[in-house]
Amino acid sequence: MARLTRRKLTPTDIVMWTIGAILIALILWGSIATLARGAYSLDHWIDFTIFGLAQGSIYALIAMGYTMVYGVLRMINFAHSEVFMSGPYTAYYVAAYFYRSGLLEAHPVLSMTMVFLVSMAVSTLIAYLLEMIAYRPLRSAPRLVPLITAIGASFFLQYVFRGLYGSGFQAYPVIRALEGPMYIGPVRILKFQLLVIFAAALLMIALYQFTQRTRLGRALRSVSEDKEAAALMGVDVDRMISMTFMIGGAAAGAAGVLYAIMFKQVHFFMGFIPGLKAFTAAVLGGIGNIPGAMLGGIFLGLVESIGPSLFLDGLGITAPYQLKDAIAFTMLVLVLIFRPTGILGERLAVKKA
Amino acid sequence: MTRRFALVVALVVLAGFTLAGFAQAAPPKDPIGVVTIKKGQPIHIAYWMVVAGPDASLGTDTKRGVEIAIQDKGGKLLGHPIKLSGQDEGCNAEGGQAAATKIASDPTVVAAIGSNCSSAARPGAPILWKAGIPTVSPSNTAPYLTDPKRGPEYDGYLRTAHNDKVQGAVAAQFAIKKLGVKTAATIHDGSVYAEQLQAVFAEEFKKLGGTITSQEAVAPTDTDMRPVLTKIATQKPQFIYYPIFIAAAGHITRQVKEVAGLEKTYLMSADGSFSPDFYKAAGEAAVGMFHSSPDFSAFAAGYKGFLEKHQKKYGEKPIAPFHAHGYDAALMVFHAIEKAAVKEGDTLYIPRKALRDALYATQGLKGLTGTLTCDSYGDCADPRIAVYQQTPENIKKLVNPESPFWKPY
Repeated sequence: MARLTRRKLTPTDIVMWTIGAILIALILWGSIATLARGAYSLDHWIDFTIFGLAQGSIYALIAMGYTMVYGVLRMINFAHSEVFMSGPYTAYYVAAYFYRSGLLEAHPVLSMTMVFLVSMAVSTLIAYLLEMIAYRPLRSAPRLVPLITAIGASFFLQYVFRGLYGSGFQAYPVIRALEGPMYIGPVRILKFQLLVIFAAALLMIALYQFTQRTRLGRALRSVSEDKEAAALMGVDVDRMISMTFMIGGAAAGAAGVLYAIMFKQVHFFMGFIPGLKAFTAAVLGGIGNIPGAMLGGIFLGLVESIGPSLFLDGLGITAPYQLKDAIAFTMLVLVLIFRPTGILGERLAVKKA
Repeated sequence: MTRRFALVVALVVLAGFTLAGFAQAAPPKDPIGVVTIKKGQPIHIAYWMVVAGPDASLGTDTKRGVEIAIQDKGGKLLGHPIKLSGQDEGCNAEGGQAAATKIASDPTVVAAIGSNCSSAARPGAPILWKAGIPTVSPSNTAPYLTDPKRGPEYDGYLRTAHNDKVQGAVAAQFAIKKLGVKTAATIHDGSVYAEQLQAVFAEEFKKLGGTITSQEAVAPTDTDMRPVLTKIATQKPQFIYYPIFIAAAGHITRQVKEVAGLEKTYLMSADGSFSPDFYKAAGEAAVGMFHSSPDFSAFAAGYKGFLEKHQKKYGEKPIAPFHAHGYDAALMVFHAIEKAAVKEGDTLYIPRKALRDALYATQGLKGLTGTLTCDSYGDCADPRIAVYQQTPENIKKLVNPESPFWKPY
């Protein structure tokens, strides 16, 4: 593709750009009107930002799984939301056991570490089996086939877990040590939100370093660049693909426990919406790109939290939080209009695209 | 052969045919259709309730009420066994549409009981009525469904549940008269039930001299309620009314105390989340909050016997507020079938329009929830709504509180 020559403006471009410009104008107008009204104090905006960061870092962790699998296989693993659900739902029983036996009160750090490990192990296992059973046999099939399989696998997993654990809610035990607010300077933050943001950031940094610095990570990246060449260089492609799924699964399992700490409810359908949002986050950040998924997740979380108040309040729209999802997806449309590859999306080589 | 003779012959033949016709017992005529039930065949009643997913306790509860009503009848009506089949309505419009379509496609179905959620009834009830199947809902409370402006497609719709015009008003009176609050915010989830209930509440609250600070909305699948609660907190209401379903109500209840400025706000929800499943979802955070619900202490004397049968049959106490309404809905249907059905020899004919009219003509029927009398739009309840408060004991034991905290009557 001639990167430097200017593309000719097609009518589609003009229409899209106009839509984009109108949306941006509306957003700006709404924001200015809201700020001018001054219904929210600085404290409120800080609160919104913290909620958004906490929610966004969970999206980012889940998005990791989508983006890594896409990077390697060029497929959307729609069953990833069930990988996300399976871990914390299983670990719930461990957590509930610790709670009953009093271990959770006595040694919160130790028992929560166990809960995390169980959740990550289960999610990793499910992701591994998913790849082995559902996707590997279809690797050379047309691209639509694994996509449909993914949706089928997603339903299958949902209802397997419903059969195993029932269709009701389970409430995660409350960890006393994580309840209540704390103050960093003048900023009020809930303890578990701090934990969620920190844990997610730590995991993401670790994951990024792993792919950039280690031999295994280099092998992973080589498979995502060019499978044939990687195989010729002695990389075990099948193993690397399994590995990708398992790393994504572990991240989702960890995200699941963070989600459970934050929302304290699990049930068999809990993965669907966060999964959809994380997928959006991955596309927003540029699918296939790890830092992009992180950025996309946090961006989405922030927009969902701040957006309704900031953009819609000023426009006089009542009950703006009902439109939270609409805002999130409008953002996706906006980003895709101006940057079709996502915020950090790489320009896909002709071969990949 | 005279002309007169020919006339006589013709008359005799005609009379013969007519008599023969009577002797063969033509089935009763009905503008919509007649269900024919031959000897030994069952009378088929279908339920459409939410029996799976997060709101399953609501549907399971009403279904058990229907089952106990059938048991009380000895499983038989007019000498025919009663057959009960069911569909899950999912507590949403799509589910209601699917369930109603499935029931409507079965010509043996005489009457239906359902739905649980008003959102499901809105598209579902017209589909059933198009197939000539009247439906009695045990738990739909949205005012729209029995509104004079609802349109003829709802002509086959009735309910034994109270109309939320009553429930929303009780909540507002409670807030102002008992708690003495002046400002309130509401949250709904876009469902017909919650949207209308909070609207009735807001109207009554303003009429009584209170101020509504904001009317917010969330999606039923939302989990992070902190932003919307922060928005509500900017105006510091003393009271938050969120008559929504279990999942979202659980999240709000848990998160409201984490939001600066709402630590001391009164919380109130309605019968849609008055269930042990909600106590599981909300945990200890639910202690002290209020729920409006049908007043069980005002139920008829037969209610005690019902509870014993329930305990014996299912090994637990009722799990949601509408079991008695389910029982009464079944009672109304049986009663109307007995009135409308025509028996010819061993065959039972149930004319559909006549059955619908018999249901609407229900008057002074002694049910568990009170005396049922239907008005011309299908509101049959004898509504007694009370306010309950959650205590640490009942949250811990995961049961509904026993006695009301406040009654308007």
